Amino acid sequence: MNATMHDVLTAILVLAGATMCLAAGIGLIRFPDVLSRLHAATKPQIFGLMAVTADVAINNFSVRTVTLVVAIVVFQALTAPMAAHLVGRAAYDTAHLRPDLLIVDELQEHRADR
Amino acid sequence: MTTPRERLAAVGNQIPPLIALIVLWMLLWGDFSWLNLLTGFVVGMVVTVGFYLVPVQLSGRVHPLRTVVFFMRLVVDIVWASIDVAWLAVKPRLVTSNAILAIRLHTRSDLILTWTAVATSIVPGSIVVDIDRESSILYLHVLNMHSAGDIESFRRRVQNTERRIVRGFGSREEVERMRGVRPENRRAARRAKLMNGKGTS
Repeated sequence: MNATMHDVLTAILVLAGATMCLAAGIGLIRFPDVLSRLHAATKPQIFGLMAVTADVAINNFSVRTVTLVVAIVVFQALTAPMAAHLVGRAAYDTAHLRPDLLIVDELQEHRADR
Repeated sequence: MTTPRERLAAVGNQIPPLIALIVLWMLLWGDFSWLNLLTGFVVGMVVTVGFYLVPVQLSGRVHPLRTVVFFMRLVVDIVWASIDVAWLAVKPRLVTSNAILAIRLHTRSDLILTWTAVATSIVPGSIVVDIDRESSILYLHVLNMHSAGDIESFRRRVQNTERRIVRGFGSREEVERMRGVRPENRRAARRAKLMNGKGTS
């Protein structure tokens, strides 16, 4: 019983992680512009990574793995937004932007005021 | 000239990052021993002194329960938003409609501003494009915004995130400002709301 539960949990976590990475890949192709693609490229796999590393921690339960997993997730969580921000800002500043996809652009309004 | 007291305060401000570095060192080795503590301390000192960064003004206040609430809620948000974005990526008829929103925060602290920016940015569906530090405005690119209602609820979500962060580990002054205790603050909050409202119409 316990072993089955363990397998089910493992399966759920690994599949969730894999699904998130797949969705990120599909989003990368299907989304139309740089900024939307960034969302697909940087975000869903943080949840994917959390799921897969949590699974590693469960299957290999020791202080060493758990601490390492915590460090991995924290660093991914800290660095992914920075990367997304830098690419996003570069894309915005170099006008790699499709205004037709935006229903409102308050940054442009702000810059126009200056 | 800096007085000895100010210098002492500046050193004290460096201690929490140093402790964080030592903990990180031990996490990476996966081993909590005295030798590791010592080597971590040495490496931490080299990093803090050799790669000097502008000191961050820490708030000096932590509410453990509310901090845990903030992190738990953050994880829940990440999970739901990931599923949202994943579904958006695979759903058959894709209509892209995004928005770049200016979201005015109440805080005046760099630390809270940074935390709010990272916390909203880590949740799928929003990216920080630019930050106006003087007036605490985040410019966010938000995925899948179709109506003024979507925009309003997103704005509220970011401001609630900010409130949870301030309650968790913002300074006392920030908590007061959040509650809008003083009348001038209440006026400022109303003005901010009015300006936000104008932006969406």
